[in-house]
Amino acid sequence: MALKIIKSQCTVCGACEFECPNAAIKFKGETYIIDAGLCTECEGQFDSPQCVAVCPVPDTCVPA
Amino acid sequence: MSVPLVPLSDLQIATRKELQQTGGCAASSCGSKAGSADMDPATWAKVKDHPCYSEEAHHYFARMHVAVAPACNIQCNYCNRKYDCANESRPGVVSERLTPEQAARKVMAVASKVPQLSVLGIAGPGDAAYDWRRTRATFDLVAARLPDVKLCMSSNGLALPDHVDEIVAMNIDHVTITINAIDPEIGQQIYPWIFFQGRRRTGLEAATILRDRQLQGLEMLTARGVLVKVNSVLIPGINDAHLTEVNRAVKERGAFLHNIMPLISDPAHGTHFGLTGRRGPTAAELKKVQDSCAGGVNLMRHCRQCRADAVGLLGEDRGQEFTLEKLPEVVEDAPEARAAYRDWVAEERRDRAAAAANAEAAVPAPEKPVLFAVCTRGSGRVNQHFGHATEFQIYQADVGGIRFVGHRRADNYCLGGQGDAARMDEILRVLADVPHVLCARIGDGPRKRLLAAGIEAIETPQDYIETAISAVLSTRNARNGRAAQRA
Repeated sequence: MALKIIKSQCTVCGACEFECPNAAIKFKGETYIIDAGLCTECEGQFDSPQCVAVCPVPDTCVPA
Repeated sequence: MSVPLVPLSDLQIATRKELQQTGGCAASSCGSKAGSADMDPATWAKVKDHPCYSEEAHHYFARMHVAVAPACNIQCNYCNRKYDCANESRPGVVSERLTPEQAARKVMAVASKVPQLSVLGIAGPGDAAYDWRRTRATFDLVAARLPDVKLCMSSNGLALPDHVDEIVAMNIDHVTITINAIDPEIGQQIYPWIFFQGRRRTGLEAATILRDRQLQGLEMLTARGVLVKVNSVLIPGINDAHLTEVNRAVKERGAFLHNIMPLISDPAHGTHFGLTGRRGPTAAELKKVQDSCAGGVNLMRHCRQCRADAVGLLGEDRGQEFTLEKLPEVVEDAPEARAAYRDWVAEERRDRAAAAANAEAAVPAPEKPVLFAVCTRGSGRVNQHFGHATEFQIYQADVGGIRFVGHRRADNYCLGGQGDAARMDEILRVLADVPHVLCARIGDGPRKRLLAAGIEAIETPQDYIETAISAVLSTRNARNGRAAQRA
């Protein structure tokens, strides 16, 4: 259970990085990636995944 | 309706005392006006070197923006942060994103080469208050190395109340908040969503929270003595009739300056408004809304809607000279050059104030307002070749004196010495109602084309703008006098 970032759509704004409650999002190379081992999809932490809620581009943080 | 504006000379510190004696000046001046009842010496000291806060300062001082805070907590229908083009000039657009360390190095490099630099701003893309860690880190680095450069930032306001203490502590004495609506019914047409306290919110709820946070931030900052400018994007059909209310609301809460700027909308930019065919306002529509705010907060009329990584004087962008790859590894600062420049400006200001006062006194005011288009590279002088002008500063002479009333952009028609007829058409279009052009030099071809369109080009190299205008007026008067005698 984890989310992933669609690289081609990501604007690299970084908002997801500091909203992530699990520090699962890191900037690597030229894009942000989600560490599937750390991602909980915010289950039990928030109503909805924080990266999805803050991402400015629709359908960019999606289930892996 | 012509609106009374403040004569340029009144913007000078030298005339503040007289102004106070005459009870201040008209409300809708451009930028700050020294001397009115709401401008104390401490405020003037803060704005006098800030080109975005003082119309007068924009002749002398340069600003630079660094794009270090790309993350944003709201979506605006006029913004698409994905779009980036080096040839684009508009807010929210940058060519490269910097880490705070890279940004500090860039600021140092610019400061050592551009003695006019007085202000560092963080203005997007993204929101400087939301992406606060990067904003703060950048300001801390720069403040430690360049204590004489002023810091400013702009924000949509949503996260602003959380950082007021730090903003005050860090000496950030200029903050801009973009407030496009105070009525949530209107706001929800501009903001599809906001991200607040862990949730994405939409509709009236989003617009209401955003409005409340913006006004709260404004009140908190002004209470702590921070100068706040409010930006509003004029969106025809959505908030055009509403901006007078915004102006009133922000005035009540102590905003120092209100900058109403036109929506930039193009399908190619990929913004919601661009894609749905929402058009920007015409210059006349913009002026009408600005004029309707007379009596409220001072209006800024010299905004150039610059890129979020612009470097240089307003209306000029030297950003391409200072891209990351061109920066030297080690930058030697040259604070004495900036200090010398500031001394020169102080002298020049006294000189210009005196020249402007003389110029206004020298000729009787024309019965009808007369417009002048001025080619200038700054310093309040006519010092640019017509062929190099990419924009014209528009001055008006009338019973209120000689003053700056706005600027008009026109593409630079002179490319490699070859005049380009199509661009000349554009210049003729934007100057259609302006009978006189003042420039340092002009070629014969353009001079004839202007003349054929009823525009007189006059070469007054290095004169102060007011002095040059006064000389033209006096020639006009003499000419009209002779014509009247013959008649």
